[in-house]
Amino acid sequence: MDAGDALLLARAQFGLNIAFHILFPTISIALAWYLIGFRVKYARTQDPQWLATYHLWVKIFALTFAMGVVSGITMSFQFGTNWPGYMLKVGNIAGPLLGYEVLTAFFLEATFLGVMLFGMERVSSRVHIFSSVMVAAGTTLSAFWILALNSWMHTPQGHVMDGSALIAGDWAQVIFNPSFPYRFTHMMLASGLTASFLVAGLSAWRLLKAPQDPGALKTLRAGVLVAAIIAPLQVFVGDLHGLNTLEHQPAKIAAVEAIWNTQKGVPLVLFAIPNEETKRNDFAIEVPKLASFVLKHDLDAELQGLDAFAPDHPPVAPVFFAFRLMVGVGMLMLALAWFGAWWMRKRTPPGWLLWAFAGMTFSGWIATLSGWLVTEIGRQPWLVTGILRTEDALGRVPDAALGASFAGYLLVYGVMLVAYVVVLTHLAREGAQP
Amino acid sequence: MTLDLPLIFALLMGAAILAYVVLDGYDLGVGMLMPAATDHEQDVMVASIGPFWDANETWLVLGVGILLIAFPAAHGYILGALYLPVAAMLAGLMLRGVAFELRVKALGWHAELWNWLFWFGSFLASFAQGYMLGRYLTAFQPGWGYALFSLLVGAALCGGYVLLGATWLILRTEGELQKKARAWTKWGLLWVALGVALVSLATPMVSELVRNKWFDFPRTLGLMVLPLATLAAWLWVWVSLGKSDWKPFAGAVAIYVLAFAGLAYSVFPYVVLGWLTIWDAAAHPSALKVTLFGVVLVLPFLIGYTVFAYRVFRGKAKAGLYGH
Repeated sequence: MDAGDALLLARAQFGLNIAFHILFPTISIALAWYLIGFRVKYARTQDPQWLATYHLWVKIFALTFAMGVVSGITMSFQFGTNWPGYMLKVGNIAGPLLGYEVLTAFFLEATFLGVMLFGMERVSSRVHIFSSVMVAAGTTLSAFWILALNSWMHTPQGHVMDGSALIAGDWAQVIFNPSFPYRFTHMMLASGLTASFLVAGLSAWRLLKAPQDPGALKTLRAGVLVAAIIAPLQVFVGDLHGLNTLEHQPAKIAAVEAIWNTQKGVPLVLFAIPNEETKRNDFAIEVPKLASFVLKHDLDAELQGLDAFAPDHPPVAPVFFAFRLMVGVGMLMLALAWFGAWWMRKRTPPGWLLWAFAGMTFSGWIATLSGWLVTEIGRQPWLVTGILRTEDALGRVPDAALGASFAGYLLVYGVMLVAYVVVLTHLAREGAQP
Repeated sequence: MTLDLPLIFALLMGAAILAYVVLDGYDLGVGMLMPAATDHEQDVMVASIGPFWDANETWLVLGVGILLIAFPAAHGYILGALYLPVAAMLAGLMLRGVAFELRVKALGWHAELWNWLFWFGSFLASFAQGYMLGRYLTAFQPGWGYALFSLLVGAALCGGYVLLGATWLILRTEGELQKKARAWTKWGLLWVALGVALVSLATPMVSELVRNKWFDFPRTLGLMVLPLATLAAWLWVWVSLGKSDWKPFAGAVAIYVLAFAGLAYSVFPYVVLGWLTIWDAAAHPSALKVTLFGVVLVLPFLIGYTVFAYRVFRGKAKAGLYGH
């Protein structure tokens, strides 16, 4: 096997693992806050229906959290094995950020999770709610640290060279690097949307079986309402995130919009098949001058094309398509959330609307994964923008070991994912039993 | 005075790994004992570890995290050399972690399958950890002899975790299950005796470096405290079986602490035996300082809420606290 294949396999393995992992925190970060809402509702009303609802969703949370923990442990091993060059070059920055995540977030959430799941009869209502808040705070803190590191890899600052490696000059600058506030907010809202559609979708699934279930009707309304509020915020924040990317990573935006050549009055490509060979778009459907307007708020503004960065620009087609998938799913979520919220103001949801929400149960996963592909592939060929190329971070794990473990991971992840979805839909159909 | 940062981090890493081995050791041990119990007993066993296992596994992330942060060169080297057993361990931990949740949520034969996977995952993870220890102590040298040694260490560590799990069950359960746990403890003790003896005799044989550290009179006489204290702890577990609920577990933990101290003495100051010392492999002082600041800041809270969680769940475990 040559170096190119090994690079591909190492990246595919890490990519598979990180993609599998992100599915679960994306749900659990926001679901933890949902649970607090359900728990507080019960504490205030003492209504057994809310207690049953809480119990149902705590089961779903526990399973999601467990999936996140075990797939996350894998990542702590693969940083060093698949990307030793990464740690040698930027370990003095990445290491402490990961360390703070373990110290401040992982222990907090994992320890209080035990009290939250099993301690309801053993501690007072107040201590139980406090434990739930600590779990939620832990999940959010964890996202804070990992996104600080990920953002730094996109828009590094605050570091100085020390021999061949980097060290931090100013930690505040490292953590609050230019893309961090946008990426963090974008990810938090993505988690909110993903969890909202999961709550709404599984509740709709239950209502299709038991149309009179009052608990499921309440959680459906909660999920739809929160999604209807978050979805437009996400459009706004996503736009700011894109403008920030244009400023700091223009090559990524050029790939997103499939702009091959630097020009003025750039059209917005709605659909095309980007052709790396001919460096143009086949079968393009374009709106004249719209890309210039969207990105620079000026119809005739000049945008840098991929030619300005050649040969160091990301592969165009995957970034281009993943972006359109993300935006498409996002718009569908916005439309359905608004329509559902409007319809359910005075009416109970009919079967077709329930089917629509049930069908969108895992739509957040698609949007999150495609957004992640846009940002990560869009950074290529760099692992850390301008500092470390992906190919230079590759490990020296024997090819046979990589191949065998890749097959093993694929099998285990497949089994886990199928089991997760089956159990969730099963729990949802059984509903909350007081 | 300047701080010897690599030394501090070596101590922290040792503490984290020891905490992991003891804490996840008891819940992995309970997992491996599942097939020997009835359905109802299995539910009690899982209830006894349910509130803790997430946090227990976090110690593994901390141990590996410190290796990654403080000794990045060693992290890549060690985990690269152990790639397949690490993958096997991770697969075991994953299956087991998910089975924890699914064995009560799945239906019919699915529930049986997850119950089996819970046992298998616990066993696979434990065995892989022991195998990795064997490979690590023999400095990853190739050859059938070394592989056989590592397989034996793997089997011995499984027995060691069974000891921790069984004594944990004596502490946390009552009645028939507690009686069974006492019988399991005896089996665990035999395996631990075999394992500790094996590692203690074989490690000096395969590594000249380790041999010179232990067989160097008159220092050897002083070092004899470790095996003698281990033997005393072993006897303490045996004698206190049936007389006390907590002494067997405390004795089992003592065996681990002493064995770990012996291993640490054998290896120190190397992080990769005979090749990389902790000072060779250390990250830049600026990274170590900022991490140490976080450790000092967070550790009191971490200990505080861990103690709180164990206090909340003190006493005997009951089946069905959760999942019904």
